[in-house]
Amino acid sequence: MSSTTAIDQKNARVGILAFMGAVAMLGLGYAAVPLYDLFCRATGFGGTTQVASETDAQIAERIAASAGGVTRSIRFDASIAGDMPWTFRPRQTTDTVQIGVRDMAIYTARNDGDEPVTGTATFNVEPQQAGKYFNKIQCFCFTEQTLQPGQEVQMPVLYFVDPAILEDENAKDIEQITLSYTFHRAIAPES
Amino acid sequence: MATTAEGFDIHTDDHAHDADHKPSFFVRWFMSTNHKDIGTLYLIFAIFAGIIGGAISGVMRMELAEPGIQYLQWWVEFMGGEPSVSANFHMWNVFITAHGLIMVFFMVMPAMIGGFGNWFVPLMIGAPDMAFPRMNNISFWLTIAGFCSLMFSMFVPGGIGGNGAGVGWTVYAPLSTTGSAGPAVDFAIFSLHLAGAGSILGATNFITTILNMRAPGMTLHKMPLFVWSMLVTAFLLLLALPVLAAAITMLLTDRNFDTAFFNPAGGGDPVLYQHLFWFFGHPEVYIMILPGFGMISQIVATFSRKPVFGYLGMAYAMVAIGVVGFVVWAHHMYTVGMDVNMKMYFTAATMVIAVPTGVKIFSWIATMWGGSIEFKSPMVWALGFIFLFTVGGVTGVYLANGGIDDVVHDTYFVVAHFHYVLSMGAVFSLFAAFYYWFPKMSGRWHSEFLSHVHFWVFFVGVNIIFFPQHFLGWQGMPRRYPDYTEAYAYWNEISSLGYAVMAFSMLIFFVNIGYALVAGRKAEGNYWGEGATTLEWTLSSPPPFHQFETLPVIEDHHDYHDHMPSKT
Repeated sequence: MSSTTAIDQKNARVGILAFMGAVAMLGLGYAAVPLYDLFCRATGFGGTTQVASETDAQIAERIAASAGGVTRSIRFDASIAGDMPWTFRPRQTTDTVQIGVRDMAIYTARNDGDEPVTGTATFNVEPQQAGKYFNKIQCFCFTEQTLQPGQEVQMPVLYFVDPAILEDENAKDIEQITLSYTFHRAIAPES
Repeated sequence: MATTAEGFDIHTDDHAHDADHKPSFFVRWFMSTNHKDIGTLYLIFAIFAGIIGGAISGVMRMELAEPGIQYLQWWVEFMGGEPSVSANFHMWNVFITAHGLIMVFFMVMPAMIGGFGNWFVPLMIGAPDMAFPRMNNISFWLTIAGFCSLMFSMFVPGGIGGNGAGVGWTVYAPLSTTGSAGPAVDFAIFSLHLAGAGSILGATNFITTILNMRAPGMTLHKMPLFVWSMLVTAFLLLLALPVLAAAITMLLTDRNFDTAFFNPAGGGDPVLYQHLFWFFGHPEVYIMILPGFGMISQIVATFSRKPVFGYLGMAYAMVAIGVVGFVVWAHHMYTVGMDVNMKMYFTAATMVIAVPTGVKIFSWIATMWGGSIEFKSPMVWALGFIFLFTVGGVTGVYLANGGIDDVVHDTYFVVAHFHYVLSMGAVFSLFAAFYYWFPKMSGRWHSEFLSHVHFWVFFVGVNIIFFPQHFLGWQGMPRRYPDYTEAYAYWNEISSLGYAVMAFSMLIFFVNIGYALVAGRKAEGNYWGEGATTLEWTLSSPPPFHQFETLPVIEDHHDYHDHMPSKT
């Protein structure tokens, strides 16, 4: 019955290949997590804002100077997750900034509970296609914040709007950009 | 008679004494490795699951027959809970979840792939069995275990409102993670793991069988279209299901081990779950319909007594549908926030699928053109399929548009659309295949009269259920709610009446099966006669326990349509 074993071997080979294909797709499913994160950061997808360095900001400012001082309105929004005992609000609701010029916004957070709470902020901008052009040089959202009971802190965001927004068909007409933060209780760091 | 065709002619009883040696009852049905027995088990299971899933939709249509909450509190009490607004609504969520999951994973898939696929792929390619008979058995029992896990989830706490998983068949985070405390959702997810594992093993088995076990001379381009459809389906399963497995495993760890794949507090994103789910979910809808396409091709050719028009186009249309099906997923989530370019891409890519689908529809019509058409019951169901699937396809082209979807997203228009392609498309093809092959599988004739009556009553019933739901959707009635304003009462009442008509037709179906099994006339080997020319028709009805001990040979004069042995 040598022909039977030959077909069995052939079957085993194809079967194993097919199964490896399935395992590869399982791996791709997990690989999607870091890839999606990377994709959002790179493209500003879903209103993901960009992180800029001091040098980027200086370059942007010089480009903007030649654009003739176009302005945009920025609206600030703050919210907290349901289980956060904090008061969290922006000190100003709107601000008008020149494109390319650095501006600082201040948010205030107070711990109304009776024990220290560590919070971490998620953020995005609306409309979402502005995410690519909204650059933060400094932000409280880059790190976790711990507040003692009753403690109140002022938290700055240093940002600018990239002059490239004026060249994007889908984004140049945006008149107001809303910057939004939500504070969540920080998940205990993984061991 | 051709020299090579010794094992090729109709098997008769005198031949059966060695081929028909069957193991004892327990070994045969519980430890089965025979593709036909496993196929039978799958079909019985699919019918059983279909009764449960269908009964749940009856409960839902009863509740929706008029505005207000009529029966949900009764069901909450029946399941041992305390009726309240949240308990009633949770009960509703449990119903829609169970209905969706059962119909997708435990009715359509087991019937199409496990049932008819197992039965007829080896027969049509001239193989003695599947490539991995024992793995075939594992696939079946994993599916059963998955079903038990899903049923069990209905009796354990599932969130604020009581027992059961109330998350919809899509199991979206955060409702399925932070929104549903209690083990019910874990059991529902586990049920998907089990059913998914079973399907992946099954897909491996089908791919190996089709690639390696074809009869001598049967090239890929001589395979019947049903086998082609199963090959494409198996590849879709193999590539799509592991992604679902990854996504729901992330749900499990988010729920139980404090990971934050989909939890923004830890840097995750719930929208990522939707992307992963629909990367699986869209191929999944083709997994549910492609085997139906294959069955309809066999049936239309048989009863037109003509080879299928445009065979290669038909085969590669299915391949194209399968390939393009992997790059259109975000049309299920136009409203999560996408810029206009992404919507444009997904709209265009989705509409491209209408092209190969159109190739199939028109080729079926062209097959019938000038054919010697016989309106036997499978043909009537197949015609119903072509008509109603096209209706669902047209609303699908509507919904493919990002702009229109913004208006009707998550309304009854969507419900009407996918029930036209599934409860009419997939289910009509299942009934067509059932009446086509039932005498082959059982050896006994159903009543053709009752099959026709079943068709007409079912046809009228499902259209009364689902056609008005298009109107409700355009009027803005949202999916997944047990209550609605007076404005929607008229068409909802009609829709619920349609359910009663449909349910009555199922009675006819069961009477028909009962009649066939008890008093059905014996079926001969090739009972459809001249038009039926694939290899299963060279065997007796039912086929011997082990078939093709001498492999049939496909010779040069055989084409993709005619595999019958040469006549001298």
